[in-house]
Amino acid sequence: MANVLQTSFLPSTSSLRRRSISGSKGKSQSLQVKAKIREIFMPALSSTMTEGKIVSWMKSEGDKLSKGESVVVVESDKADMDVESFHEGFLAAIMVEEGGVAPVGSAIALLAETEDEIAEAKAKSQSSSNSTPQVVEEKPKQIEEAAPDVPAAAAAPSVPVAKAVTLGSAVHPASEGGKRIVASPYAKKLAKELKVDLGTVVGSGPLGRIVAKDVEAAAVAVPVAASPAKPDPVAPGIELGTVVPFTTMQGAVSRNMVESLSVPTFRVGYTITTNALDALYKKIKSKGVTMTALLAKATALALVQHPVVNSCCRDGNSFTYNSSINIAVAVAIDGGLITPVLQDADKVDIYTLSRKWKELVDKARAKQLQPHEYNTGTFTLSNLGMFGVDRFDAILPPGTGAIMAVGASQPSVVASMDGRIGMKNQMQVNVTADHRVIYGADLAAFLQTLAKIVEDPKDLTF
Amino acid sequence: MHSTLSFSQATTVPTTNYAFHSQSPINLRFCGLRREAFGISILTRSSSGRVRLSTRGRSKRTSASTGNNGTPPKSFDYDLIIIGAGVGGHGAALHAVEKGLKTAIIEGDVVGGTCVNRGCVPSKALLAVSGRMRELQSEHHMKALGLQVSAAGYDRQGVADHANNLASKIRSNLTNSMKALGVDILTGFGTIVGPQKVKYGKVGFTDNVVTAKDIIIATGSVPFVPKGIEVDGKTVITSDHALKLEFVPDWIAIVGSGYIGLEFSDVYTALGSEVTFIEALDQLMPGFDPEISKLAQRVLINPRKIDYHTGVFATKITPARDGKPVIVELTDAKTKEHKDTLEVDAALIATGRAPFTYGLGLENINVVTQRGFVPVDERMRVIDANGNLVPHLYCIGDANGKMMLAHAASAQGISVVEQVTGRDHVLNHLSVPAACFTHPEISMVGLTEPQAREKAEKEGFEISVAKTSFKANTKALAENEGEGLAKLIYRPDNGEILGVHIFGLHAADLIHEASNAVALGTRIQDIRFAVHAHPTLSEVLDELFKSAKVKAPASTSSPISEPVAA
Repeated sequence: MANVLQTSFLPSTSSLRRRSISGSKGKSQSLQVKAKIREIFMPALSSTMTEGKIVSWMKSEGDKLSKGESVVVVESDKADMDVESFHEGFLAAIMVEEGGVAPVGSAIALLAETEDEIAEAKAKSQSSSNSTPQVVEEKPKQIEEAAPDVPAAAAAPSVPVAKAVTLGSAVHPASEGGKRIVASPYAKKLAKELKVDLGTVVGSGPLGRIVAKDVEAAAVAVPVAASPAKPDPVAPGIELGTVVPFTTMQGAVSRNMVESLSVPTFRVGYTITTNALDALYKKIKSKGVTMTALLAKATALALVQHPVVNSCCRDGNSFTYNSSINIAVAVAIDGGLITPVLQDADKVDIYTLSRKWKELVDKARAKQLQPHEYNTGTFTLSNLGMFGVDRFDAILPPGTGAIMAVGASQPSVVASMDGRIGMKNQMQVNVTADHRVIYGADLAAFLQTLAKIVEDPKDLTF
Repeated sequence: MHSTLSFSQATTVPTTNYAFHSQSPINLRFCGLRREAFGISILTRSSSGRVRLSTRGRSKRTSASTGNNGTPPKSFDYDLIIIGAGVGGHGAALHAVEKGLKTAIIEGDVVGGTCVNRGCVPSKALLAVSGRMRELQSEHHMKALGLQVSAAGYDRQGVADHANNLASKIRSNLTNSMKALGVDILTGFGTIVGPQKVKYGKVGFTDNVVTAKDIIIATGSVPFVPKGIEVDGKTVITSDHALKLEFVPDWIAIVGSGYIGLEFSDVYTALGSEVTFIEALDQLMPGFDPEISKLAQRVLINPRKIDYHTGVFATKITPARDGKPVIVELTDAKTKEHKDTLEVDAALIATGRAPFTYGLGLENINVVTQRGFVPVDERMRVIDANGNLVPHLYCIGDANGKMMLAHAASAQGISVVEQVTGRDHVLNHLSVPAACFTHPEISMVGLTEPQAREKAEKEGFEISVAKTSFKANTKALAENEGEGLAKLIYRPDNGEILGVHIFGLHAADLIHEASNAVALGTRIQDIRFAVHAHPTLSEVLDELFKSAKVKAPASTSSPISEPVAA
């Protein structure tokens, strides 16, 4: 099986160039004498290979390599293969030790052209070791980046809550007070594959164990987050003309967005007059009530009458009628998105709901939201009204049934039924829903109910 | 530690035909269960057809035949007494009768021992089911063959019954074959009371004392359960319980990733369980050739619903009770620190097997067991506490721990019988094949590559390795089972086969060409001229032998070099 592949390390020209230029600037004026330190990359040994494990280094640091000589044995998802050097030189620094795993294309060692450059390469490898892939245990890590799913332009669900790196941060029913996570072997495998953070998944197995279907559900439904172990330093600015790879979170967003294409969605819009709501808001604003809470409450009360709009389709064969009405509200933070959830919004009174909302937003900013506070939404609200957006549409977060995009409430000239013309505050809402479970008539009826509630908001305050 | 689970299930019918054509039964060197068919053939040699005689008819002839069997010394009740009627004892008994010895076999439990009742035989029934389930569930595989199968399901009790029925069938075959040959089956636990003297009897009954010129201990083994593990037979089980398949847990932890653990992981995952392996060593599947175990892990572990913890001991396992799951405490094998706790639905203890030698009366003849094993020399002669051989006492099979495989026990038994009937014989354990009946199967004979390298270094010779893939085999591809590897470790100077390891479709059946070559001393330069039917899986080995680079020329005595008769 040890076919010697002719696969060679692919030197990344761009990084090399950059390095040699900076090197020449720093050291000598003679541009001809460039330090040639090449990175040895994890090769792609098969079309499906995404990461490789270093089985053994056949050369040690300092060894001379000739072109075509086997340097390292790499284990891919399919086989172990000897990998040959593409260049002559000296193996200057091994960056991924035996047993370590590195993604395809990442540097695993440095190759110096001359012996003198070994030390320099070594220093380089040390300084860059922070950014190079760390040696990763082969076993599935319990904490994985989770897949946030983000609806479109709208701020919708998703996002990063810095899950502390520690395993024990999530409280899990079957985990002795959060000391560990109980997940079945297949659930763990799936979580790794689907990049779901097991710490955020609520288990439905015996004694709260996380089983495969929970992970599957979480992968599509759960907008979760998880910032990388070290908080990403926020990029100070965007360098034009560069290609910046997605962060893990952005990658997950991307995957989820693509995945959302597999859900047959449709949209229904409605114009709602908000004069009464605005008046109510003015009246109780001083008691700490926010517009978001009012909208969430109104939506929740409408959903009580239309449980189908609060349902979702998990397997393509059935309706999942959610027992609670949990309104997720998208909030933009730090270039990302998060969807704090107002749980049981239909039952909780408006004042409590408003306090809860404030608390959630504060927590979200501090990145302290607990998983159940951002991944249990059954219906999502996305509001861009504050930017003056009058209408937009949102992408349905996979795993939920519907999302409502709320535009700004604006004074409009309206012709009334009795032939008069007048001014009314109106806002446009636009619901995106999964047509497998929610039909046009369902949305129409729901929106009609919602409009009634908003236009006569006395029920919102109980 | 090897288990006896990997012994292949014996079938009587095909070998029966074979035996009929044999005029000289001594030429047959079948091990173990296959002997039963051969045993029948002695009695029916005169009969012209394949019609089986009734049991009654057979037993009559038997008494006549035992009368003719040589003349045992008057002072002994028997020529040979075998304690333990497992596969080892059975193999020895049949061979003893063939050599004309008056033979008795003492069994305190059920005839057939571990292999037939609680080991290789019922596990093969479960594996037959799991293999089919796996195939039917593999949508990809079915599609590639153009087959359409709607959801495959199984009835747990039906599967369990299949295993149980198979065990009882093989057990009665075994019993009948011994009875038919005139082997006395004495019921009760046997204890050695002195040189050449054994007592036996059931608990609460008076013991009988019998004497024999030679005695073979073949008491086998029981599942080994490390301390700290509480086996309740329901949720914390050993292979004994697992083979009854009383329930299929959602999640089962398997402690030990050797043959037994691997085979059960194959069964359980095919039936829908998820499995967590707990292995004390740093690598799964220790004991296999590293290259084979690595490949096997890619095929048998990684894509399945299995995860694992290596380098840890299961130091405490508590069965499920009071609504709590089975709790497994893991301790780091090196630091001895608590590492993790698992909560699972069931735990299978497959940490190897412990010799069953308690109560054998070894103290009466000054023999001290070593970790329970009876010490023996290379001829299976028992060694006493002073390092001296105990005359007329032998120990075979799991009880001596040399090679804990059913067929190895049988081969050792035959070797002993050869010795007591006047022909010196030493069994070459390196020629004894072993197999693990996963899907696909793993089999091996001889040394692993690291063992061979060590030996080569010590003895100063060179070794080479040749490999062939199942991917290049027509039959394997026709079956859409191209995953697999055959590996040959050999001496390039003289063509000696040091080890052969196969992972792939029907590997367990394929290994015998190699093991026979090792047993008979056939060299690669000769066997490579042997012809294999095309297209068959055996061509994997054909190609393997042909790809080896041997400096020595083919021997001139090879029949191939003789002129072919017109």
